[in-house]
Amino acid sequence: MPSRDFPQVRLHIVTGKGGTGKSTVAAGLALGLASTGTHVLLCEVEGRQGIARMFDVEPLPYAERRIATGLPGADGGRGGIVHALHVDPESALLEYLSMYYKLGRAGKALDRFGVVEFATTIAPGVRDVLLTGKVYEATKRNARNKHAITYDAVVLDAPPTGRIAQFLGVNQELAGLARMGPIKNQADSVTSLFRSGRTAVHLVTVLEEMPVQETADGIAQLRAHDLPVGGVIVNQVRPRDLGEKDLVAVRAGKLTKRKLAADLNRVGLTGSAELVLGLFTEACDHAERRALEDAQRGLVAGLDVPTYELPRLVGGVDLGGLYELAGLLREQGLA
Amino acid sequence: MTRLRSRVGPQSLDGGHPLDVDRLLDDPATGIIVCCGSGGVGKTTTSAALALRAAERGRTVVVLTIDPARRLAQSMGIEVLDNTPRPVAGVSTTASGGSLDAMMLDMKRTFDEVVESQASPEKAQQILRNPFYIALSSSFAGTQEYMAMEKLGQIHADARRDGTYDLIVVDTPPSRSALDFLDAPERLSSFLDGRFIRLLLAPAKGPARLMSAGLGMVTNALTKVLGAQVLRDMQTFVAAFDTLFGGFRQRAQKTFELLQADGTAFLVVAAPEPDALREAAYFVERLGEDDMPVAGLVVNRASPEQHGDITAEEAMAAAQRLRKDGADSLTAGLLRLHADHMRMVERETLLRHRFEAAHPQVPIAVVPALAGDVHDLAGLRQVGALLAGERPT
Repeated sequence: MPSRDFPQVRLHIVTGKGGTGKSTVAAGLALGLASTGTHVLLCEVEGRQGIARMFDVEPLPYAERRIATGLPGADGGRGGIVHALHVDPESALLEYLSMYYKLGRAGKALDRFGVVEFATTIAPGVRDVLLTGKVYEATKRNARNKHAITYDAVVLDAPPTGRIAQFLGVNQELAGLARMGPIKNQADSVTSLFRSGRTAVHLVTVLEEMPVQETADGIAQLRAHDLPVGGVIVNQVRPRDLGEKDLVAVRAGKLTKRKLAADLNRVGLTGSAELVLGLFTEACDHAERRALEDAQRGLVAGLDVPTYELPRLVGGVDLGGLYELAGLLREQGLA
Repeated sequence: MTRLRSRVGPQSLDGGHPLDVDRLLDDPATGIIVCCGSGGVGKTTTSAALALRAAERGRTVVVLTIDPARRLAQSMGIEVLDNTPRPVAGVSTTASGGSLDAMMLDMKRTFDEVVESQASPEKAQQILRNPFYIALSSSFAGTQEYMAMEKLGQIHADARRDGTYDLIVVDTPPSRSALDFLDAPERLSSFLDGRFIRLLLAPAKGPARLMSAGLGMVTNALTKVLGAQVLRDMQTFVAAFDTLFGGFRQRAQKTFELLQADGTAFLVVAAPEPDALREAAYFVERLGEDDMPVAGLVVNRASPEQHGDITAEEAMAAAQRLRKDGADSLTAGLLRLHADHMRMVERETLLRHRFEAAHPQVPIAVVPALAGDVHDLAGLRQVGALLAGERPT
């Protein structure tokens, strides 16, 4: 079953400012998309082995490994299968060379001369073409390739928002540099997939000023490069145990310590002065934070893209937490 | 106003020892403070707050930031990129005699300036116009890190010569890995000096056959991958850049030595999250290996201290009883929030203790999260006070 809100999309690219939890969201999305009978591939390209850590498996090689079963459907059907792939530029380059040029010995010679190092770390943009090229290959695969798994959806845990347009709009970078040649051709076909209706770039944010600003900038930049913007996932939303009415009361100074102490006494918490003061301070802080969050939420709503919200997981993100996020994303229609 | 108070409650550092930020800032021997850590942990804010505090305590400070939030940059007067430190208005240094300048790094401009300072004007123009150089100087993953360190070297040399600053605070770029800024200079300079460059230069210089029999095969393969045009651009670039290579390596080496010098202090910034702390631990180890001992760990945005002595469970139970009574939902809501906070604090404390167990030699400063965003000097001052261990009373 494809994404409810993005039924045409096969490649989901997840970006976000550092610290907003984009890897977690990408993993949750992969689990959520993997409903009965489907195959989903979760890719990472930043060399961090974050997938291995989240799913508690050995560090991933440059190969597709089965890592989890997707979230079971509401009808009780078994979840689909999630594979993971850790794309590193060196392996991608050597694979690329052997695939297109049958460069067996020359490939090794390239390595000896530091060309692999050069091409993957220093030559501007080439690294990105290699990384996106592999993702492209996995996405475009079809039944003709008998030895490889065909995926119903590919989720890419992409570089952060600040670098995303550069990462995806690779051919712009290369235009001045590689005016022709195979890398340019490769970059062009990758970019045409990225710009098609089969791709969506989702942005993860938290309700704070800088990440929201960066999300807005990121969307503008993606649009300027004709890259399809998907949804905004608001992550790590604080618990909302105080209602709007209560928040107004707190902000208006209507919450009194005496009232708090009386309530606490009633349920047998003989409210020590410190506890009363603590709760009172928390109330004021919380009201201030919620006001800031609401202001940021308003800005997110003004971005004119579908938005989704995920709670902050108090216990931290473990495998169970990922399934919880997957369920919420499915409920809200992103998965 | 904030007043000094001793640390109590869950944020007291029972296991490890606290980082004495003020002593670090006041010590005239501290000449450079480098703030490093993974992305999104508040490095920029931390560096700006440290710089402001040092200035207001009497140091002559310059802070080199990479990518500050727009409003913070505006409030510091550095939203215009001109790659030169500018005085920050509104710093209260009249009593202390200190001062604060700030600048935002322009990576391409820094690179251009290095080229201009190293090459003859004609040659510099030739390099600056080369398409390969343009791509290299504006988009090479690592150029930003290299240029941040290059700029640090420049400012340090200027400050030494002219006595302009006695403390430089550096923010590091939001890299894939927090270590990139250490590795990038070495990587770039070894590339510029390396075998591959000699290979590219070889045809121009003649005795190509001495290089290797595989040369033809390699150029052939490169042409296939990159296209002939790119290869030609690279060769022109390399030929023009030839005389500068040694210089680049030397500069990178100098910066590296500067980072190893006694006056340089590294602060690792982290959020109380497993990933950020894992990265921080890795960083501490790596810096140690390179003879750049870490002065301390800053744990940013920690859940604020809790008052009162009830557990999360007690708070939840009380909230439920209140709800059953049909009593005021506001108090019940607050108790649930309190329970949630307690659990966060507990988890963060555990994570920090694990870090301390593995790195007992690293002092720690815990900065509680503020309710609002930091985008002016008042906010920075507040963060600075929290860094120094002051808590509002």
